[in-house]
Amino acid sequence: MSTTTKDAPVLAPRPSGGVVQSVKDSLVVAKRNLIRMARIPEMVIFGLIQPIMFVVLFTYVFGGSISIGGSTDPQLYKEFLMAGIFAQTVTFATAGAGAGIADDMHKGLIDRFRSLPMARGAVLTGRTLADLVQTTLTLVVLAGVALLVGWRTHENLGKVIGGFLLLLLLGYAFSWIGALIGLSVRTPEAATSGGLIWLFPLTFISNAFVPVNNMPTFLQHIAEWNPFSATVAGARELFGNTMPGVPKSVTGAWPMEHPVLASVLWSILIIVVFRTLAVRKYRSATA
Amino acid sequence: MPGAIHAEGLVKTFGDVRALDGVDLDVPEGTVLGLLGPNGAGKTTAVRVLTTLLRPDSGTATVAGIDVLRKPNEVRRSIGLSGQFAAVDEYLTGRENLQMVGQLYQMSARDAKARAGVLLDRFNLADAADRTAKTYSGGMRRRLDLAAALVVSPPVMFMDEPTTGLDPRNRQQLWDVIEDLVAGGTTLLLTTQYLEEADRLANDICVIDHGKVIARGTSDELKARTGGERVEVVVHRPDEIERARSVLTSLGKGEVTVVRLSRKLTAPVSGGAKLLAEIIRDLDAQGVEIDDIALRRPTLDDVFLSLTGHAAEADANEEKEETR
Repeated sequence: MSTTTKDAPVLAPRPSGGVVQSVKDSLVVAKRNLIRMARIPEMVIFGLIQPIMFVVLFTYVFGGSISIGGSTDPQLYKEFLMAGIFAQTVTFATAGAGAGIADDMHKGLIDRFRSLPMARGAVLTGRTLADLVQTTLTLVVLAGVALLVGWRTHENLGKVIGGFLLLLLLGYAFSWIGALIGLSVRTPEAATSGGLIWLFPLTFISNAFVPVNNMPTFLQHIAEWNPFSATVAGARELFGNTMPGVPKSVTGAWPMEHPVLASVLWSILIIVVFRTLAVRKYRSATA
Repeated sequence: MPGAIHAEGLVKTFGDVRALDGVDLDVPEGTVLGLLGPNGAGKTTAVRVLTTLLRPDSGTATVAGIDVLRKPNEVRRSIGLSGQFAAVDEYLTGRENLQMVGQLYQMSARDAKARAGVLLDRFNLADAADRTAKTYSGGMRRRLDLAAALVVSPPVMFMDEPTTGLDPRNRQQLWDVIEDLVAGGTTLLLTTQYLEEADRLANDICVIDHGKVIARGTSDELKARTGGERVEVVVHRPDEIERARSVLTSLGKGEVTVVRLSRKLTAPVSGGAKLLAEIIRDLDAQGVEIDDIALRRPTLDDVFLSLTGHAAEADANEEKEETR
């Protein structure tokens, strides 16, 4: 027989278990996903086109027609709009995470991971962390474009950064929804459309693009309790983009009165619920 | 003493399909078991249960002496799995793929890197090590997948249809690698639809169909069970099948198998070429026009056919979807 079998047996070290192993394994998987993203830059670029288009279209097409607190001054609408577009953009991380995980299932990689002595949640955590990096890059570019078209903040840097952190936390939470979708469908294509379709009503029945006061009453209630609206309102507040003529809340919904806190709570709730469901689904995943 | 892989009474149902219907397996240490069966027979389900990917509805299993249901993570340290698809990340290089798997086996980054280098050499992938796996040929991807399953030296290996979709040359290469591995003392459970593969690699063979083990033994034992020579006749027209069947029934020494679609009849015989001449004469006398006739020694294909009543690779494509 060939001499190639003579190398000494290599044994798998005993897993340390616990949080340390979890973090380590997640970072290994995150690195893998980041390498992939760097090698498929068109995915990142396509992810940027839609929000940039929205920034430009909403600013210049709708900008002069939408009344913000009784004024149709385009500058007011720009400042009102950006937090909404940023928030919508971060929620699109859902589709990326979903498609990526569905693809891994489809190609048998999830089976490989599940047969390894690695931390159970690490494949999903690694993926969502990589998505967070991508979302951060996307937001940086998008904020640049927004500044170019005339968006301005009116608070100190700390608060502005806080606003972006609020957005990133929402994006991270939504990528866990994507992870669950990715594990639940059979093809990456289904995960992409399944990850996007419901985002349109979710992001439009909100305070993101127009103030809710002109909506029918029942929609006002939905919009003001929408977790997405809390983040938009929170970011708007931290950017100093709240408009004098637009009331904080029309229906008196608690999240609109305390948008920053509500946004953090909503995001944490989404992470806890969807992470639990996704990890459970992962443990019994079948390609 | 139970073998390196031992399972008793495994049952797994998906809806009303009994994918595993009371499967017992035992693979003594250092041997190869070939799990043979058509698509949808339950081979992959059995592998998934034994590799901790799927919990059975009932039954027990141990791998390397460790309880699969109670200590799945312990089992994972002791096994290598090469599944039906080459499960490698195509946007990572060969080296990055192996390093990642090494680190997920809890090796340090440095050890994983060193181990990746050794495996890339061993599997003839050193030249392609720093190219993304997307650029690899089917054979290279398979080799990379196998290397990933061997990042640690697992005492027990599972390979689910390792050579499906490979051309003959690549299949041959992979067989050499697998033989090397087994010579090194690894216990291997291999599923395959290729009887030639089981014949060549496996010490013992288990034939599985509809979730049940329907025969087990060495390749020679199974062949002996099927009987000696057989004659195979392909008639020209479908309406001649019945007449040909009666000729073969009277001259043969056992049940005649008919595949209607290909108008092929098979019957166990003894008497060699002389009998063949007799069969041709009788068929001619009955006015049966034949497209082909041959005397054959049994192969594992025949064993399979006689056990399951259908050919190993027939209908494979239609059944494929159902198993996914």
